[in-house]
Amino acid sequence: MIVNERNIKIWSTIGSRATFGITALELAKEIDNLMVLTCDVSTSAGLDRYRKTYPDKYLDLGIAEQNLIGVAAGLASENFNVITTTFAPFQTIRCCEQIKVNIGYMKQKICMVGIASGLALGTLGFTHCCIEDVGILRAIPGITIISPADSLETVKAIQSAVKSQTSTYVRLTGVSNNPIVYEKDYDFKIGKSIKLVEGKDLTIFASGTMVYNSIQAAKILKKDNIHCTVINMHTIKPLDKQAVEEACRNSKLLVSVEEHNVIGGLGSAIAEYKSSIEKSPKLVILGVNDYYSKGGEYQFLQNEHGLTPNKIVDNIKLNLK
Amino acid sequence: MDDRDKNIEVIKKFTNEVRKNILEMAFSAGASSSHFGGALSIAEIVSFLFSYKMKIDKQNPKFIDRDRFILSKGHACLAYYAALSEVGYIAKEELKTFEKNNSNLLGHPIINRKLGIDFSNGSLGMGLSLGIGVAIAAKKMKKNFKVYVVLGDGECNEGSVWEAAMAAPNLNLDNLYAIIDKNNFQQTGSNKEIMNTESLIDKWSSFGWETKELNGNNIEEIYDYFEKNENLQRPKAIIANTIKGKGFSFSENNNDWHHKVLSKSQYEKAKEEIKNNN
Repeated sequence: MIVNERNIKIWSTIGSRATFGITALELAKEIDNLMVLTCDVSTSAGLDRYRKTYPDKYLDLGIAEQNLIGVAAGLASENFNVITTTFAPFQTIRCCEQIKVNIGYMKQKICMVGIASGLALGTLGFTHCCIEDVGILRAIPGITIISPADSLETVKAIQSAVKSQTSTYVRLTGVSNNPIVYEKDYDFKIGKSIKLVEGKDLTIFASGTMVYNSIQAAKILKKDNIHCTVINMHTIKPLDKQAVEEACRNSKLLVSVEEHNVIGGLGSAIAEYKSSIEKSPKLVILGVNDYYSKGGEYQFLQNEHGLTPNKIVDNIKLNLK
Repeated sequence: MDDRDKNIEVIKKFTNEVRKNILEMAFSAGASSSHFGGALSIAEIVSFLFSYKMKIDKQNPKFIDRDRFILSKGHACLAYYAALSEVGYIAKEELKTFEKNNSNLLGHPIINRKLGIDFSNGSLGMGLSLGIGVAIAAKKMKKNFKVYVVLGDGECNEGSVWEAAMAAPNLNLDNLYAIIDKNNFQQTGSNKEIMNTESLIDKWSSFGWETKELNGNNIEEIYDYFEKNENLQRPKAIIANTIKGKGFSFSENNNDWHHKVLSKSQYEKAKEEIKNNN
């Protein structure tokens, strides 16, 4: 795909879901045995053009996610390169055991794209928000988990996942007018985090839309002479251990920020590894604090769960005292 | 003797060997026990498929155009391993490792294409969806191989079976067979006691499958059905009425044998009964 300023702006405006649809269209041009499977969500997943352009590489299985994963695994067993997609709760939790058995245990390779994960669908309530997917899938061996920071990274994550030999869950967060983290092309490698801001006092590890908010938080803190390193942990599993080790050596405080429950997500992954590092600094895990709140618009929910730049700043200051 | 009679004789001999293998594995499993009853109920079905019906290459379990077999009721793997051994994919010696530490042959099938095991199964209600994926793949690749999925009647309690059952006719998968082993029992009782699966044939028909009810322990009936029904345009569901524990006097229709340790005396008695069958 052509990565230029114009496309980056377009992808940001349309959001990660529609960007996924465009990415699928491009992938279908070069991959003969690509199959995109959905559960009655082609419009929501930005696949309307794809569906018309590549009817032979598209399959709608109706509202039946358990069957979706089984069919995907069957196709993968015959060497088809399969992408499945639906809303994040249904892509992961609804068919969790099918993922465990067919993708984890049997090692059939597919790429699962969970759309509108995190808090994006807050007005629809927590049936449609997804704050559990990373925790649940992280417990299944053999599945890579990527949470792209913006629309350009969505393109790169899906391209990499489809071409990888390992099954991957791509967790799409955010809504349309997705803030831009990457204004120009860059190198993306699964499992290799990216340092976006360098500062001596503390390290913020963020994933998904929280990368942008963390950069904003770092800018605010800088005015108060608090210098943050901000790391885009786009790959949550396998964890970039080197980045955690480096942060433990160089920072007084570690912070993780994610649109996910504080149990099981990026923060947990860092904490699990950090616990093996002697004399490591304190880790503050920011996310949804293990409860289902009242619903509401995306920004309202980010605020409710302490995930806006200002709330991140407040929390960091509290922990630096 | 015409071809039909000759073929049926071959299949019957194979079935008898499969039962012997099941018996040996169940006995060697010892205290770890085995799913004896549900394996014996599908002995004829599996033997028919592997000795006669399915296109396979005895020299090459990975033969690309082979028909695909999925044991969705994975706990009945004794019958599957027994058949793969008769085909020549699993050595007799290896059968004795059944459920032993580090074995390739655990109590549910684990994908191992060198041994002819194409999929991992065991958690009920997943095999038919896999079969759909494989059947779609066959059509996309313009291959003629068929996909045979064996399910249990108890397994049909699982909602995911019906997600798959709904999808296959929609996708016009005439290369897909679902064989439902209707032995009328599930783990802790009869279907009637636990979850009534009456009118299975009506259920599958109403979902759009070409259906047939037959005696799943009768080689002649199975043979005649498959000889006649090659050109139907829809996926096929065969309700195979069977006897759980079929073949041994002490286990037939006795649900204690869903999962049970085979004692030395029962083993001896069973061997005697097989010998008298020959």
